[in-house]
Amino acid sequence: MNTSNNLSESLDPGDFHYDTTYEYDAGTGLSEKTIEYISKTKSEDSWLLAFRKKAYETFKALALPAALKNDNINFDNIRYYLSKGNESKRSWDEVPNEIKKTFHRLGIPEKERKYLAGVEAQFDSESAYSRIKDTLAKDGVIFVDSTTGLKNYPEIFKKFFGTVVPMTDNKFSALNSAVFSGGSFIYVPPGVKIKQPLQAYFRINAENFGQFERTLIIVDEGAELTYMEGCTAPKFETAALHAAVVEIIAKKNAKLQYITAQNWSNNVYNLVTKRGLAHENAEIKWIDCNIGSKKTIKYPCIILAEERAKGEILSMALASHNQLQDTGAKIIHRANSTTSNILSKSISIGTGLASYKGLVNISENASNCRNSTRCDSLLINQNSCTETCPTILVHGKKNHLQHEASISKIDEERLYYLQQRGIPAKQAISLIINGFVNDLINEFPLEYGIEIKRFIELEIDG
Amino acid sequence: MGALDLKNLAVTTYDKSLIHNLSMRIPKGEVHGLMGPNGAGKSSLAKAISGHPDYKITAGNLTIDGTNIVGLNPDEIARHGLFLAFQYPLEIEGVTVANLIRAAVQARHMNKKISIHEFYENLYECMDRLKMDRSFSSRQLNMGFSGGEKKRCEILQLMMLKPKIAILDEPDSGLDMDAMKILADGINSLRDNNFSALIITHYPKFLDQMNPDKIHLMAAGKIVHSGNKSILKELEIHGYNWINKDS
Repeated sequence: MNTSNNLSESLDPGDFHYDTTYEYDAGTGLSEKTIEYISKTKSEDSWLLAFRKKAYETFKALALPAALKNDNINFDNIRYYLSKGNESKRSWDEVPNEIKKTFHRLGIPEKERKYLAGVEAQFDSESAYSRIKDTLAKDGVIFVDSTTGLKNYPEIFKKFFGTVVPMTDNKFSALNSAVFSGGSFIYVPPGVKIKQPLQAYFRINAENFGQFERTLIIVDEGAELTYMEGCTAPKFETAALHAAVVEIIAKKNAKLQYITAQNWSNNVYNLVTKRGLAHENAEIKWIDCNIGSKKTIKYPCIILAEERAKGEILSMALASHNQLQDTGAKIIHRANSTTSNILSKSISIGTGLASYKGLVNISENASNCRNSTRCDSLLINQNSCTETCPTILVHGKKNHLQHEASISKIDEERLYYLQQRGIPAKQAISLIINGFVNDLINEFPLEYGIEIKRFIELEIDG
Repeated sequence: MGALDLKNLAVTTYDKSLIHNLSMRIPKGEVHGLMGPNGAGKSSLAKAISGHPDYKITAGNLTIDGTNIVGLNPDEIARHGLFLAFQYPLEIEGVTVANLIRAAVQARHMNKKISIHEFYENLYECMDRLKMDRSFSSRQLNMGFSGGEKKRCEILQLMMLKPKIAILDEPDSGLDMDAMKILADGINSLRDNNFSALIITHYPKFLDQMNPDKIHLMAAGKIVHSGNKSILKELEIHGYNWINKDS
C-alpha cells in the first residue's frame, strides 16, 4: 500500500484514482432500460422520462460528427450511470471517505475557504457535496446539483430546461438529454451581484464511464455571477466519455461569466455543447481552457437575442501528441447594436491538431452590430498542425466586423536565444508558450491561471 | 588555462567554411576586444562558441575554464559560464524581462528555489546601475524596445547572470554617447578576477573606455593580429586598411 501511495504522490494531482463501490449502477450499454433505470433511481416525473426516451430516439437517428467517424466509439461499452446515492452532502464530514480523499487531493476544501462563494463537487454521475455561503442563500440564490434542482425547483427548471440547447442540436446533446445526471443548477435573483465565484468540480473516477452532466444557469435582471468549472479524470486503459450540455441565460442587464479549466486524461472523449442566451444589455462571457483529452469537440456559443447584448468568448486549446482539439466559438447577433469579441489561442505539439471553427452570424434584421475576432495559433514541432475555419455570415446592414488570424512557429532563433541564457530547451518552449497565452490566462482568476500554467508544463514534459 | 581557450578552431555553416585555424586565449580577469571588417566572421565566431545549432565546429578545441564545450547544447554551454550579449536581441511575446531573468537564474540553481525577494533586490540594484526605470522589468522582452533599450537589457541580463566569460556582440551599435558611457560603466563594474569578456565592436573609442587587455583583429575567418590597445589609435586613423598593409 505504501509504495503505491508514494507512486501516486509523485504524479500529477489529476492522475490518481481510488477504488470505490457504487450502490447504483445502470450497467454497461445503452437501451430504453438504461434510461428507465436512471429515471427511476432519481424518482423523476413522467414528463422527464418521456423527454429522455424521445432524446434517445433522436440520438440514434443523428449522425456522428465528421471528426469522430473513424474512432469506433462503442456506445455499448460505456457505463451510463454510477452513484453512491443522489443526495449531495452539505458538509465534507458526511461525504464518503474515498470521494472525500479524491477532492482533498484536488485541493477543494481549501479553495472553498479561501475564495469561493459556493462549491459543488460531482463524482461520476451525482454530486457528492454542494454548499453555498449562508448570506447568498438568504438573498435567494440557488446553487444545487441539477438532480436536486429538478426536484426542489421544478417551476424554474422546467421553464428554461432545453430552451437554449434543444436535444436535436447534435448527437451528443441528444445523448446528454437521454441520460443526463448531475451538473449545476443556479438561479441568481434580480439585482443580486455575487462577488466571489461559484465553483463546480467534475470528476470521472470509474473506467469505461460516461459523464453526462447538465448545467442550467439563470441570472435574473441586473444580477451578476461568475461560475467556474474544473474537470479531471485519472488515466485508464479504455476510453471515457464526457458529454455535457450547458445552458446559460442572462436576463436584462445581467452579467454572467463562465470559466472552464479542464485537464482531462488523454483517453477521454470530451464532446460538450455550451450555449448562452443574452437578453437586453446583458453580458455573457465564456472563458474556456482545453487541455488534455483524446478528442475535444466544443464550440461555446452566445445568442445575442436583444438589443445591446454583449458576448465574449476567450478560448485556449493545447493539442498534444495524438490529440484533437476541435474548439472554437459561435456568436449569433439577432438584435441591433449587439457586440461580440472572440479571442482564440491554440497550441499544437507533436502530432496534435488544434482546429478552430468559428461562426459569426448577423441576422437580417440586425444592424449596428460589431464583432472582432482574433485567432492565434502556435506550432511547436515540424510536424505539428493547425487549422482555422472561420465562417462569417452577415445578412443585416451597417454592421462592423473584423477578423485577424496568425500562425507562428516556435522559431529556432528564439529558442537558441533563451537557451543561451542557460534555460534548457523544454523550459524555454514552455516559457514561449506561457508567453503566447499570457494575455488570455490573465483573464482567469489568479489561482486558476497558476494551475493552467502548470498543466501546460506537464503537457510539454510528456 | 584561460577562461576561454580556442585552439585551431574551424567553423562551417551549411557546408560553407567561415572560420579556419583560429586560436585565441582570454585569461581570467581580462577583457579583450575583437575587431575587424564586416564579414570577417566575428558574429559567426560568437555563435559557434555559444553552440548555435547552425554553426558546426569541424576542427580544433574550445574550452571554458579547461572544460571542453564542443558539442554541448547552448543551455549547457551557458551554464558552464558563457554569456553572449546579442547584436540583435529577439522579441518574446508575453514573457517579461523579469520572467526571463528569473527563469535563467533559476536554471543555474536546479535544486534550490531562489527567493523572489532576493531576486528583485538584485535586479533593481543592477537596473539602478544601468539607469533603467523599475517599470522596465515588467515589459515584454524586447517588444517595442528602442535599439538602446535592447542593448541595455542584454547588459542587465549579463549583470544578473554573472558569467565567467561574456561575449558582447556590438553592444554599442546604435547607441548615443551617453548610453555608451552607461553601458561601459556597467561592464566595468563587473571587472574582477573571475570575469572575462570578449567585446566585438567597430568603435575603438568604446573599447578604450573598458581599458582592454588585448585587441584581436580578425579578417576572412582568421585572427590576423593580436596586441595591446595601442593599435586602437592606428585603427582610428587608418581604419582596417592598416591590417592589409601589415599582413
